[in-house]
Order: sequence, then C-alpha cells, then structure tokens
Amino acid sequence: MADDSRSGFTRRDLVRGALVGAVAATAGAKTPAEADRGIGPGAVPITLQINGQTHRLTAEPRVVLADALRDRLGLTGTKVVCGRGACGACTVLVDGNPVCSCLLLAAEVQGRKITTIEALASDGRMKPIQEAFVAADALQCGFCTSGMVMSCKALLDRTPKPTRDEIRHAVSGNLCRCGTYPHVFDAVERAAGIRTAEGRAHPPDGTPVFQTLAASRTFTSDQRVDAGVAEALDLEEA
Amino acid sequence: MKTFTLLPVRSLLEGGRESAKPGSILKAGGVDLLDRMKEGLETPDRVVSIAHVPGHDGIEVGPPARIGALATLARLDSHAELRRVYPALADAAGGAATPQIRNMATLGGNLAQRPRCWYFRQAEFDCTKKGGAQCFALNGENRFHAIFDTDVCCCIHPSATAVALLAYAARVDTVGTRGKRSISIEDFFVAPREDPTRENQLAAGEVIEAVVLPAPAPGSRSVYKKLKEKESFDWPLVETAVSVSVSRGTIQDARVVLGSVSPVPRRARGAEKILAGARPSAELIARAAEAAVAGATPLSQNAHKVRLARVMVERALREILA
Repeated sequence: MADDSRSGFTRRDLVRGALVGAVAATAGAKTPAEADRGIGPGAVPITLQINGQTHRLTAEPRVVLADALRDRLGLTGTKVVCGRGACGACTVLVDGNPVCSCLLLAAEVQGRKITTIEALASDGRMKPIQEAFVAADALQCGFCTSGMVMSCKALLDRTPKPTRDEIRHAVSGNLCRCGTYPHVFDAVERAAGIRTAEGRAHPPDGTPVFQTLAASRTFTSDQRVDAGVAEALDLEEA
Repeated sequence: MKTFTLLPVRSLLEGGRESAKPGSILKAGGVDLLDRMKEGLETPDRVVSIAHVPGHDGIEVGPPARIGALATLARLDSHAELRRVYPALADAAGGAATPQIRNMATLGGNLAQRPRCWYFRQAEFDCTKKGGAQCFALNGENRFHAIFDTDVCCCIHPSATAVALLAYAARVDTVGTRGKRSISIEDFFVAPREDPTRENQLAAGEVIEAVVLPAPAPGSRSVYKKLKEKESFDWPLVETAVSVSVSRGTIQDARVVLGSVSPVPRRARGAEKILAGARPSAELIARAAEAAVAGATPLSQNAHKVRLARVMVERALREILA
C-alpha cells in the first residue's frame, strides 16, 4: 500500500524532473532521480483503508489525516480543535491505537487500518459505548465527543473490564472543556457492564445526542463550500 | 503548512544522507516536527521520513538493553520486562504527553525534539535559540523556564526519557554519512553556552539508531518522579530520575538527575558526591536534596522551582532508600 504513493507522479513532477535532468546532465551532476526524489509537492494519489473500506483520493503530501478525512472524504465526525496534538479532539484509531490525526500525514498511513467515529454506529443503531454515553449523559457541547468515544473504544477493545484508573488514563489525552469527565467514566463503566444502565439505554432516533454520537451531526466547522468553489479557492491559493 | 516533497526512505543511513541535502529535514513520528512546521518554524522543501524503516523499533532488555530509536513511548511504557529492569525509563516514557502522542512519538524523536519555550515556539520572536540576539524569557514570562544555566538561553529541555537515560548512564548509538558512533547520553546534549541554536550534537546526515542502557549494578534501585500542575496533559514543572546501588548498608554509587530545570538535562553531581559511600538516613537524604539545587539561578517568576526540585529529589531518594 505504501508503495502506491511512490508511483504517484503528477504531470508537474514529470516536467520538473525533465528540467532538473537537463540541468544535471550539463553539469555532470546527479541523475534526476537522485536530485529530486520524493512525492509531491503537488497532489499525489493516496489510498486509505478507513472503517473497512478503501478510499482513493489525491492530496498533497502535506495534508494530514484529519484534513483528508474531513475535507476530502466528508468524514466530518472526526473534529479538529488545536491541530497540534494538544487536545485529542481528532483522535482516530490506527491499527487499533488512538492517535492524533492532526499530526499524521495522510500519505504515511496508507496500508494502515484506520477507524473513525463513523465506524461505530450502523443501521441507525449505536454501539454500546455510544449508548452508554447517552445513558450517562457524558457530553455537553459534543465537540470532544468523537475523540473521547474513540479513546474509550480503544480501551474497551483491549481491556473489557477497565478499572476507573485505567479509564482516567485512557481519556487523559482528550480535553473536555465542559468538564464531563465523571460522566465519561460512568459511561465506560456502563458499557463494560461494570455499572448497570439506569438511564435511557436507547435514545429516540434522530435526537441531537444520537446524531452527535453517531458523528452525523453537523457542527459549524463541518460546513463545506460547494466542491466547485473549493476547487477554485485551491487554485487561487496555489 | 508550506508544501513539501515527501521521501519515505528504506534505511536510517539513507534517511541521514537524504536529510543532509539542502532544504531537507528528517522526520520520524513527526509529532514535534509537524507542530513546528504548522507554526512556520520549519519550512522544509522536502521531508525525509524514516517512520516506516523496518527493524528499528525493537526493545531488547538484555541487560544491557538496546532500544531501537523508532520504538514508541507507548511501547516503552507497556513493556513489562523493560519496566522491571529500568523502571525510571518506563515511567518517564509512560508519563509523557498523552496516550495518543505516546502511540506516535518515538524514543529517538523524544530525545531530539526541540524545546517548548513559548518564545522559541513563535516565529515572531527572533530569540537566541533561533540565532537571534536575545532570550526573551530571561526578562519575560519565565515561570516554566530554567533555574540553572540561565545566562544564554533559559529554555528547559523537553525530553522526559533523557532524564531517566542519564540516571542509567545510557549511550546513544547513531548512524550517518560519516559512519556509526556511540555517544554517552551526557555528551549527546549541547548546552546553550556552546551553541544555543541546537540541543544535541547530531551532525548533518546523522540519525539516532538506538539507545543502549548498561546493566544496572547489583542491588541498585531507580525511580523517576515528576511534578505537574495538572495530573495529565501537562509538561513537568520539575522531574527527577535517581539510580542508586546499595551494598552492605552503604550507598556504592548514585546518579541523581534533574529535568525541566535547565536547557539540557542536568546531573546533580553535588548530591551524588554526598550520597556515595554514605549510609542512608533522613539527614543524608535532606543534605543530598539540598545539594542538588545548590547554585541555582532562578529567574524573576520561577524561584519556587528550586524548592520543588529539592523536594522531588528528596521524595525520590526516600522512596528508593527506604
């Protein structure tokens, strides 16, 4: 998979490669391949394995996974807040491990198994961890929730009956400014069957809470301009 | 982030060779590098990635232990055998940053990351560390800065693993265009007085390959402790790693290291001298802790760190000499 990226030459690369080659030949220097190795800086083909599906896109090597997910693939369930690995809002799983998708180059996670919040709910039904978040009222504004749920999922996948300390530790990289942590701890214990659910186990479909936890709710920052407009803006920027 | 070409390489040597070329920079986990690139502190034309070079993420506990530079902090934390023999290193790695970051960050990157001084981290401040004429923290916002060696650049070194590695007298093995070498972890770091624009002596084209830890002396114990404003998600105010070996009731050898107090991790040699050859006692521990912070030159906002450092050394010594 990772090799796909290396064969991703654009027309621009070919032209530049030829130019460098010409200069190098006259100077008796390195071959074009040596002088200008690497992919990009223009868009290159990238193949990602996300939630069990293969996604193909073209993006510059500088595009981080979080932006590829949100802006290129429309998977806006993953949120971006700080963009610097300091808040955990963008947490996704790579090969089962929670990571900050804002600090991973999309081109470098080809061939890895990527899991986002969108993988959890299916056919209008939430996963137990999501239902437990509703039952425990474990969110307020909801912006940290995608990342928070992913960290909890990673914990439960590995430790089905976690201690409260293990739960605290697992979400210690997810910043919640609403301060919902005690309810998050409760939610994980409910999902693990440590604490019996007392609240609503099955929320009415279509409620904002359901949408938030199923990553189908559109936050202000998820609004996207029309694809044609976006392309025009990209061209202008370039 | 400025556009760049990405070159995934297949060996560390190739990574060194390619990253030494003009406009190129080396990337492993990329946690610190991408942060700096997003801030505009680094604007490489090409990123040479060793992230997927195979065979350099192994952890052999030995002893001596040999840890590949691409092993993640999360793996150091979860490695039971490493934790048993070198607990201070496992704790330093396991307490750094957040679970997400520890899954991405490599040991080599942790050692080679740049300081977190907020003046250095903003492109607008042309500080000493960027080759400028002044250290803005010296007379600015400096409550989290150094309390030792504050004359040229008063940043603190951000590597937690380095503090533990100093206590274990580790060596840093490198590979590069000029061959291989093994550097004592103490010589690895470069103080601002020598060159404020760098923190280590890695040459162009040189890449950390592994970290090697000698076998602990028989009867030795070690611990890593840190103090933070918050329990998680925070950088240490002060941190310490201590390793002592005791034989027939007498301390044979002691290494006391302080982190987050100086531009490079610091051995508290004064404290070590007091401990060596002595019999453990509360009075001895108090004296050693006092000696560990002797000569501190705190800044306008961080005198409290001197006391914090003394207390942390005292707690660490009490724990392992109890």
